[in-house]
Amino acid sequence: MKNLLFCILSLVSFSAFGKGQPTDWQVGFQEAATLRMQEIIDLHVFVFWIITFISVFVFSLIAYACIKFNSKANKTPSKTTHHPLLEVAWTLIPVVILVVIAIPSFRLLYKQNDFSKIDMTIKATGYTWYWSYEYPDHDGLTFDSLMLTAEELSEDQPRLLTTDNYVVVPTNTNIKVQITADPAGVIHAWAVPALGVKMDAVPGRLNETYFNIIEPGIYYGQCSELCGQGHGFMPITVKAVSSEEFSSWVESAKEEFAKNKDDFIALK
Amino acid sequence: MSSHAPSFFKRYFFSTNHKDIGVLYLVFAVFGGLVGGIFSLLIRMELADPGIQILPDENYQMYNVWITAHGLLMIFFMVMPALVGGFGNYFVPLLIGAPDMAFPRMNNLSFWLLIPALLLLVGSAFVGDGAGPGWTLYAPLSTTGQPGMSVDMAILAMHLAGASSILGAINFITTIFNMRAPGMTIHKMPLFVWSILITAFLLLLALPVLAGAITMMLTDRNFGTGFFNPELGGDPVLFQHLFWFFGHPEVYVLILPGFGIISQVISTFSKKPIFGYLGMAYAMAAIGVVGFVVWAHHMYTVGMDVDTQAYFLAATMIIAVPTGIKVFSWIATMWEGSIDFKTPMLFSIGMIILFTIGGVTGVVLANTGIDVALHDTYYVVAHFHYTMSMGALFSIYAGFYYWFSKMSGVEYNEFLGKIHFWMVFIGVNLTFFPMHFSGLAGMPRRIPDYPNAFEGWNDVSSIGAYISVFSAFFFVFIVLEAFFKSRKAAINPWGIGATTFEWKLSSPPPFHSFDELPKVK
Repeated sequence: MKNLLFCILSLVSFSAFGKGQPTDWQVGFQEAATLRMQEIIDLHVFVFWIITFISVFVFSLIAYACIKFNSKANKTPSKTTHHPLLEVAWTLIPVVILVVIAIPSFRLLYKQNDFSKIDMTIKATGYTWYWSYEYPDHDGLTFDSLMLTAEELSEDQPRLLTTDNYVVVPTNTNIKVQITADPAGVIHAWAVPALGVKMDAVPGRLNETYFNIIEPGIYYGQCSELCGQGHGFMPITVKAVSSEEFSSWVESAKEEFAKNKDDFIALK
Repeated sequence: MSSHAPSFFKRYFFSTNHKDIGVLYLVFAVFGGLVGGIFSLLIRMELADPGIQILPDENYQMYNVWITAHGLLMIFFMVMPALVGGFGNYFVPLLIGAPDMAFPRMNNLSFWLLIPALLLLVGSAFVGDGAGPGWTLYAPLSTTGQPGMSVDMAILAMHLAGASSILGAINFITTIFNMRAPGMTIHKMPLFVWSILITAFLLLLALPVLAGAITMMLTDRNFGTGFFNPELGGDPVLFQHLFWFFGHPEVYVLILPGFGIISQVISTFSKKPIFGYLGMAYAMAAIGVVGFVVWAHHMYTVGMDVDTQAYFLAATMIIAVPTGIKVFSWIATMWEGSIDFKTPMLFSIGMIILFTIGGVTGVVLANTGIDVALHDTYYVVAHFHYTMSMGALFSIYAGFYYWFSKMSGVEYNEFLGKIHFWMVFIGVNLTFFPMHFSGLAGMPRRIPDYPNAFEGWNDVSSIGAYISVFSAFFFVFIVLEAFFKSRKAAINPWGIGATTFEWKLSSPPPFHSFDELPKVK
């Protein structure tokens, strides 16, 4: 019961679900961890109220017609087949509504594709079936990130969402993610709902997106393009930390993944 | 029944009669729908709870085979044969007062090409690991990603089904342009005929593009070409452009004939002529034309140029205008009518309501910025099932109950029909409405197992799916009951609202529909 009430409240406000991951009986977006996601939620709330109003309007008309004009209530049908004013109205009014939606929508689209302020770049490569990451701004630090099986999980780690090596990034930093896939492999998609990012990893192409995480935390995502039998099992785990913590993580990670880096240079 | 109807074998296996071929298509569609329905049942049983439920030996590929088979079966072997092949073949010649289709033997070929197509597709699920690239067949998953014969079989199945549809489309266009009864001008044609005409053009222009794309895929797989292979200078995204240039008109192929049926059913049971006939006809034409220039809204996340995305955002939104005209015109047709709530009318009203929901979520998804969060999540699954599983399926049921007595000569049980409506209505809403929630929360499509938090709504969906699949078998029972009880159907069971030609013929119509061409006043 408490759950249900919470659901209804959240449905109306589209907020306050679990941070960085879905929660039971969730009916709306995950809590925004970036301004980018907050803007998506805001536009969605705007469009949601418009479509809800339109739907309720249409359903009311249908209900009214069913009650008022059923064969018991109205024995003789009218012969009306045209009403030019009405027809012009239901053509033009939707056009106006669509323009009202389109204006903020274009603004959001162009904002999402504005790469003018980038502080740091990471690269994600999709393989069958795991993600591999590189930090070109940090001496080419590189590592693979595989899903933890149910036995390997600790208490607070969600199943199917947790990887062995997190993608650690600093908070309040504009981070560009370059996304591609194994050139001999298939298409994947790098998606983290709370960050508002989703971008296909296409063999032979280098796509990019960006985010700027406001608060430290762990944000989970999953591959979002069918890529074969392991498609449901190549999650993305992003851990946002303060810039000091990030610097010390980079140092320790460089040691931990030193061998990877040698391979990386050898590959180059 | 006319005395010189041929023997059963000759009549149904060598048939060139549009009504017999229409019946064959409908039987085929019911069969295709039941097989596709069994795949949806398997999918929902697997997703009823987190963890692996019914997949043997953690064989995740098998799940991908199920979703692929479900999608292709429902589109090519249920909705298209029912709406275009079935109702189109049976009723277009009757509605325009033509003696038959323009090319009766080609009509026969169209139908019989579907049988090997179905065998190849169902067979592909059992060869090797099965074909599991999804109905969208994205390369490279469908080329280098899945060696073995199964994907080749699925591609050939699509080739055959596509050829069948192209031949059918040519037949419809020729018939409608050249074989209308005297006085049946293009602006007097019933709206179902309009919808089939526009659908035939969409098929004729879109399917060759699919045929080309999957032929390239076939040569990529078997003859060393690299159209979609970046290592050989190809591009996987090229396939997506080609696929959706076909795929988006294809989804209108699935719904436009439904629009036509709904228009006629609403008009019949409201006992009023359709409101805004010209607007209705040209709204469908507009949907058909604009439908060809919006394809890349399926590809907002592949990394397109931002201006291209902006164009597809704008173009996609425009679709909402003609669709809105249709919905409002249907309601205006009901307005001041004298509505009888027979089963076909219930399905039509249900269709308008549910298609409206599917339509407005389409407006949400058209916004590229929002789609970034919703692309490839269950929100999209909910959206297109509201338009397809409710829009198209409800139209098929509406058309079936509307014309069943005309085609068979016996009447269905009205009470059972109404129970069937409510069962489907509750079932599909229970299945698909919660998917909006899962999608907003971020659940990706096409995964055999999901994070535990998604359990609740998936459980509800599965219960809804069990009801929906059960209702499909209940539908078969209703049909069998009607034949078993054999209540003789009247020439016109629907009264003064049913004004088109078919309601002036006996039930079932004679083997040769018109001894003399009917005249339109």
